[in-house]
Amino acid sequence: MTTDASTQAPSELVSTGKASEALDTRFEAPRSAAPKVRDPRRPDRRTNFELYAWLFMRLSGLLLIVLVLGHLFIQMVVDGGVQKINFSFVAGRWSSPFWQTWDLLMLWLAQVHGTLGLRTIINDYAERNVTRSWLKALLYTSSVFTLLLGTLVIFTFDPNI
Amino acid sequence: MWSWVAHRVTGVLIFFFLFCHVLDTALVRVDPDAYNRVIDTYKNPIVNLMEVGLVGAVLFHAFNGLRVVLIDFWKSGPRYQRQLLWAVLAVWFVLMAGFIYPMTEHTWGVLFGSEG
Repeated sequence: MTTDASTQAPSELVSTGKASEALDTRFEAPRSAAPKVRDPRRPDRRTNFELYAWLFMRLSGLLLIVLVLGHLFIQMVVDGGVQKINFSFVAGRWSSPFWQTWDLLMLWLAQVHGTLGLRTIINDYAERNVTRSWLKALLYTSSVFTLLLGTLVIFTFDPNI
Repeated sequence: MWSWVAHRVTGVLIFFFLFCHVLDTALVRVDPDAYNRVIDTYKNPIVNLMEVGLVGAVLFHAFNGLRVVLIDFWKSGPRYQRQLLWAVLAVWFVLMAGFIYPMTEHTWGVLFGSEG
């Protein structure tokens, strides 16, 4: 926690109990307004990355509404959920380039959207530089792995394996 | 604020689901039997309940996300943000009502004896 003047509890609250109880009396929405804690080891690159990330979240979100809700509707309502799923179901689905493209696009948009979303959450709540960089390293590693694995599976799927 | 919290919570849940979903589906590239055996472990009422939870999370995240886009890009969006939240909840209820029976039909049969 920071200890600058704006976050100090009023003295009468502090004097009646522990500092932690006094801090509980502050009401704050948990939003992305944590003090800027920049890792001093990293150069301050002035790019528009945050703007493009913000824009990407909204554009990919709109596309994902169509792709994911269509996917869910077909899987859950038309096909009756996981009950009907087996290898031949997947083989039937991926025999069509249309569904291969649909699933590939959905995978990439959802994975990048999710990674940027988790990045924001990590930046908001992991205040220590070491914690933050390790969590983000784990996030990016798992995302690259998931993207490559999913892409490989869609492109090299063999119904006669 | 609660819609903001719910958007984060549902987003994180969906992220972890996606990770598992890509991993289990990747088994189709390894061995059809391995894939079928893993998918068979999902065919029970508990996982079906989790599927309902997933659909609920995705529907909220999708329509609240649309609300965020409207607040950011539509000039009257910020003024109507509260009404838009009610619209999100209304759409969520209607779609959940439409989804829930078809996706749990089999489970009702298992629980109350008409299907094995």
